[in-house]
Amino acid sequence: MAKRIDVSGLHVYYGDFLAVEDVSMTIEPRSVTAFIGSSGCGKSTFLRTLNRMHEVTPGARAEGKVLLDDMDIYSPDVDPVMVRSEVGMVFQKANPFPTMSIYDNVIAGARLNNKRMKKSEADDLVEESLRGANLWEEVKDRLNKPGSGLSGGQQQRLCIARATAVKPSVLLMDEPCSALDPISTLAVEDLIHKMKEDYTIVIVTHNMQQAARVSDRTAFFNLSAPGKPGKLVEMGETNKIFTRPDKQETENYITGRFG
Amino acid sequence: MSTTTQPPATERELRRGSLHRHFPAALLAACAAVVAGILLAFSSFGLVVWGLLTAASYAIVVVAVSAGVEGGRKAKDRLVTTLVYGCFVLAMLPLVSVLWTVLGYGLDRFDGYFLSVSMNGVLPSMDAGGVYHAIVGTLAITGMATLISVPIGVMTAVYLVEYARGRMKKTIMFFVDVMTGIPSIVAGLFVVALWMILFGPGVTNGAAGAISLSVLMIPVVVRSSEEMLRLVPQDLREASYALGVPKWRTITKVVLPTSAAGLTTGIMLAIARVIGETAPLILTAGTSAVAINWNLFDGQMMSLPVFIYAQVRMGGAVNYERAWAAALTLIIVVMLLFFLARMIGRLFAPKAR
Repeated sequence: MAKRIDVSGLHVYYGDFLAVEDVSMTIEPRSVTAFIGSSGCGKSTFLRTLNRMHEVTPGARAEGKVLLDDMDIYSPDVDPVMVRSEVGMVFQKANPFPTMSIYDNVIAGARLNNKRMKKSEADDLVEESLRGANLWEEVKDRLNKPGSGLSGGQQQRLCIARATAVKPSVLLMDEPCSALDPISTLAVEDLIHKMKEDYTIVIVTHNMQQAARVSDRTAFFNLSAPGKPGKLVEMGETNKIFTRPDKQETENYITGRFG
Repeated sequence: MSTTTQPPATERELRRGSLHRHFPAALLAACAAVVAGILLAFSSFGLVVWGLLTAASYAIVVVAVSAGVEGGRKAKDRLVTTLVYGCFVLAMLPLVSVLWTVLGYGLDRFDGYFLSVSMNGVLPSMDAGGVYHAIVGTLAITGMATLISVPIGVMTAVYLVEYARGRMKKTIMFFVDVMTGIPSIVAGLFVVALWMILFGPGVTNGAAGAISLSVLMIPVVVRSSEEMLRLVPQDLREASYALGVPKWRTITKVVLPTSAAGLTTGIMLAIARVIGETAPLILTAGTSAVAINWNLFDGQMMSLPVFIYAQVRMGGAVNYERAWAAALTLIIVVMLLFFLARMIGRLFAPKAR
């Protein structure tokens, strides 16, 4: 069920401002791809174009091709809503729905789409998703309590469970651990390791060690110059990027000798 | 950093003198006593003069003492604190006075009988009759106005927050603001004209009153709902979109439930704004209904504010008693509505744990 993503010649604009310039890359299925780069270089913007989430921002648009297993998600007859149930997303800040219980949060994707579901099916889906997110043991006795009562790390895993419950083929993660403590980070990283057997995972991170720990391939983004659009500098096996990158720019960033 | 920080040439004194924490209360009591004593000595005691002089003397003394003991910044703090408390008391005075007066005069006639009978067959000067028909009218007219205004208002707010962009949005917001400023009697005249066209001259009924009230209510509902919808974090909308949920379902299932408590409060404030409207109801629902009338579309309908107005105009002692008791009834109705809104709001509010 994991799918390959092929991006070619993608430009992203906010109004007239070109934010990300000419990105082409291939994201392999059943693997973890990390995006690294300084703040404001367009990694998150680019990530959001992979499920057309950028369209939520007024004025944002993308030009180019994003193929999801040979299907161009930007072709005019494609419904962005369908794209998003195929390509799920986890955000920087855990955002469980405050009006819903833990249980309802997990099946929110199905409920909000008004899918008819038997009680037993719903129960199974909730358990399966929460087990998948390594959260079941911690919350199984309080499924009817509000999701906002959980700790930050638990909330983030709840959001991951919620995202996986709609059975996407790709999971995008926008700095999912940046607000978490090391223990919770470890829990989420373990989860990413486990999930890559079933999903294509793309993760944006500012934490270089994290990129090295969890990812198979790494892409380095950078601004061409201050005030200029961001671009993809280099992409390759994580090992290679972190030990002998092709570009000097990449090496400078990785080793901390930036600028 | 290579420069070393120089130690300060002289030790800073971190300690300052400070007034005892009961000093302000004691001083206020002392001022009140002294001022009362002086006024009584000149046998010119008056509550207003006493209050003003007490406040002024307290402010002067507390600032002077504080400037001496505590220093300039603390003295300014004392001055501003005194001003703020003074303004608070000033603001509370009319409220307390109104409640006190209404309770005092209203309780004379306020009883189960007054609440449960209408004025049907009661001559204005008779020692009988009640306000039941006006309660019925107020509830029916305000209820219908709410049923009209809330869907229109909330949907307009949803449109403004979630969909509208650019010039269309600015235009709508401008007209909502203009609508907020419409004097209530003009809203009444609008419905009078409308009814004239639709049903001919002289037709007055509860529905006309409800529509004139909804003209006043819609902009209030729009503005308060808009604020509440803007408070819903964008994160939640994005979380919902990211699950493949369409926009309209995101609005109905995530945005509206999350803001339900705030929306309820806003709607209640809008109801409170119109439930005491008199002028448009005099024009549209009539002033002469005496019998219980639940039918919004047939015949005149009394309401509490118009009842008060009509009774005061009659001018007899018993009429004034009825007017005061009706005023008390109106206040109680509004308070009950607020209480109800609080309960509903608590029911909807996102639970923390």
